[in-house]
Amino acid sequence: MNVKITASPHVRSADSTIKIMWSVVWSLVPVMAASIYFFGPSAILVLLASSAGCLLTERLFGSRPGSLADGSAIITGLLLGLTLPPGFPLWMAFLGGGFGMAFGKIIYGGLGQNIFNPALVGRAFLQAAFPVAITTWPAKTQNWWALQGDNFALPFMSPVVDTATSATPLGNMKFGDDPVITPVLDLFLGTTGGSLGETSALLILIGGLYLAWRGHLNWHIPLSIFVSTFVVSGLFFALGISQFPPLFMLFSGGMMLGAFYMATDMVTSPITNKGCWLFGIGIGFLVVVIRIWGGLPEGVMYAILLMNALVPFINRATQPRLFGTSSKKKKEDGS
Amino acid sequence: MKGLLSFKHGVHPPENKDITAGIASRRFPFPGEIVLPLSQHIGVPAKALVKPGDRVERGDVIAEAAGFVSSAVHASAAGTVKAIELWPHPNGSMVPSIRITVDPNSTQMRRPRIVPRWEDVKAEDLSKEIGRAGIVGLGGAAFPSHVKLTPPKDQPIDILLMNGCECEPYLTSDHRTMLEQPEKVYEGIRIALKALGITRAVIGIEANKPDAIEIMQKLAPDDLDITIQPLQVKYPQGAEKMLIKAVTGREVPSGALPSAIGALVQNVATAANVATAFETGQPLIERIITITGRGIRKPGNWVIPFGTKLRDVIEHCGGLTDDASEIVFGGPMMGQGQANLDVPILKATGGILVLSKDECKQQDIMPCIRCGKCLEACPVFLNPQLMGALAKAERYEELESEAHLKDCMLCGCCSFVCPSNIPLSQLFAMSRTQIRRLSTS
Repeated sequence: MNVKITASPHVRSADSTIKIMWSVVWSLVPVMAASIYFFGPSAILVLLASSAGCLLTERLFGSRPGSLADGSAIITGLLLGLTLPPGFPLWMAFLGGGFGMAFGKIIYGGLGQNIFNPALVGRAFLQAAFPVAITTWPAKTQNWWALQGDNFALPFMSPVVDTATSATPLGNMKFGDDPVITPVLDLFLGTTGGSLGETSALLILIGGLYLAWRGHLNWHIPLSIFVSTFVVSGLFFALGISQFPPLFMLFSGGMMLGAFYMATDMVTSPITNKGCWLFGIGIGFLVVVIRIWGGLPEGVMYAILLMNALVPFINRATQPRLFGTSSKKKKEDGS
Repeated sequence: MKGLLSFKHGVHPPENKDITAGIASRRFPFPGEIVLPLSQHIGVPAKALVKPGDRVERGDVIAEAAGFVSSAVHASAAGTVKAIELWPHPNGSMVPSIRITVDPNSTQMRRPRIVPRWEDVKAEDLSKEIGRAGIVGLGGAAFPSHVKLTPPKDQPIDILLMNGCECEPYLTSDHRTMLEQPEKVYEGIRIALKALGITRAVIGIEANKPDAIEIMQKLAPDDLDITIQPLQVKYPQGAEKMLIKAVTGREVPSGALPSAIGALVQNVATAANVATAFETGQPLIERIITITGRGIRKPGNWVIPFGTKLRDVIEHCGGLTDDASEIVFGGPMMGQGQANLDVPILKATGGILVLSKDECKQQDIMPCIRCGKCLEACPVFLNPQLMGALAKAERYEELESEAHLKDCMLCGCCSFVCPSNIPLSQLFAMSRTQIRRLSTS
């Protein structure tokens, strides 16, 4: 007879970290499909390049054997790809994936140890290294098969942009000679210009709601980001300080993707629900401030990275109240 | 389900109670040998009163309480004392135990034991009589009942909570007790109320036992202030602190006993056995035990004499299935895994669970991804994620002073939900042992 002895509890929930990771990947399928529909083969190429950069780096430098199978590296690759413009040179996307993985995650000790969202670290690197390429959005072509830019630019050569460029809704608002507010419905459905995953708020919303329903995403985070963005931008709009209407703020740029997929990264977000509210409110506030006064049209990335840095402090400040103590007494104990 | 009372957080493991809930309890045959450890309760081990070669009858006291927080042990079958020696205990250690060779020709009738009518006993003497019968809490912790029924004078009890939750999955022994012996449960409640000098009792039963709720409601006496309170099905609803919170809304202060807020919790099976002790004079020598899980061929509920070995129980229940994987004393959330088939059944053994391979799949331990599910599960609002990190780093001082290790009930909710399969409650149990070891050396 072969009986094993384990410590209690002897039964476990069916949930697993690997299942969580892969359900995030599956929930991104509609968003990726939409970006391929809108941007053609360029979208596929950019997503492949950024994912390849992440997977290869994890394979080469990841410390845990079999860490590729846990799905976390592919998520980083896909999310990074979705923040890039469709015509982005592939070698840059590949490099960004590798940098994000190496310096956003592996250097801290791998899965679960990092402070900053690795996909955003990769994007921040690309933004600093290739500011022109990452803000070049070619005008949409009629031919679906046509590339959206110089995807195959050789490393360290300036990409050739032979098509006319077009502005994104946010860029249009901020830097356009004649600010035009893109209709919210267009933003919602995704028929506007922008990065791969920035366009269809609807599909991101569906993917995010699916994850929240499965319990694989803490819904407090996106909700608090939306509430905060809406309230803060509404306030500035009402006071006449800003020209961005609150709904435009919500559905434009990387807001949806950031709120549902970047900010909710379990590793780099607070562990308590109370902390998640503080985190989300902070992100919303920073996004609005950066969009109105910053030198960039978009602020979601830096807002999330800045709040990532504060997570350890938020966690410390929002420890749960121990059963059988009043919240006041807890503070006395803690001092 | 929404309107039912409960506590915050907790988990919903698959209940699996249908395996045995409908099976009436039957009397288990007397085995060839019984082994009765002197330590089956919380507190000082009992002191043996017999020696090898002594003839004992069923129900005879064979070890006496060796202090206030201690409990007497009675022979659960007639026979001859074979030896008093170290024997494997379900907790994994070797414990001095009385081995009795059961007399196959005995009628197993008890010697008449003179017990006063409880109505004639003074309230303060009732607990003494309960102690004499060797009764301990049958919910799992095995705390001597006579001690519990003698709360500190400065902490008067105003409510008796009867625990009929049975929140551990699989187990149905309390359920069967309420269905089969409801009068005894009520008799036990009367005795406890008299001992405490109060009149109010609430019976908390999880809503997955509608037949037990119905029968307890039907038989509720008119002369007592008794409420039957259906509770949400959620683990660990039957933990003392959670039951008190659900029923009364009061929180037992951190580090204090329930008596600090005037509540006393007793298991329904304990009450039934108190009633038996006064009615027939039979001390605590047997109880209803659930033998269950998909790894045992014939699951069921049995009245088993204490000291019966695990080996005999498994054999009588048809043996193990081919895919039997783990044997557990107690429920799947807090029960103890067993390594030795010679361990005896104790007073606090409410169930024996044989899990099949499919029921207890082992998964790889992954790194913590700080998902926070453990914080949302912890019924006493600890931060198991932080505690786990501190325990792994052996930072015991912070674990106690900042992370409140002492408040952990080891209920297993955090380990249950952890998607990375980190053995959190095991880490906490080990840390406690380590801290004890460090402080004594």
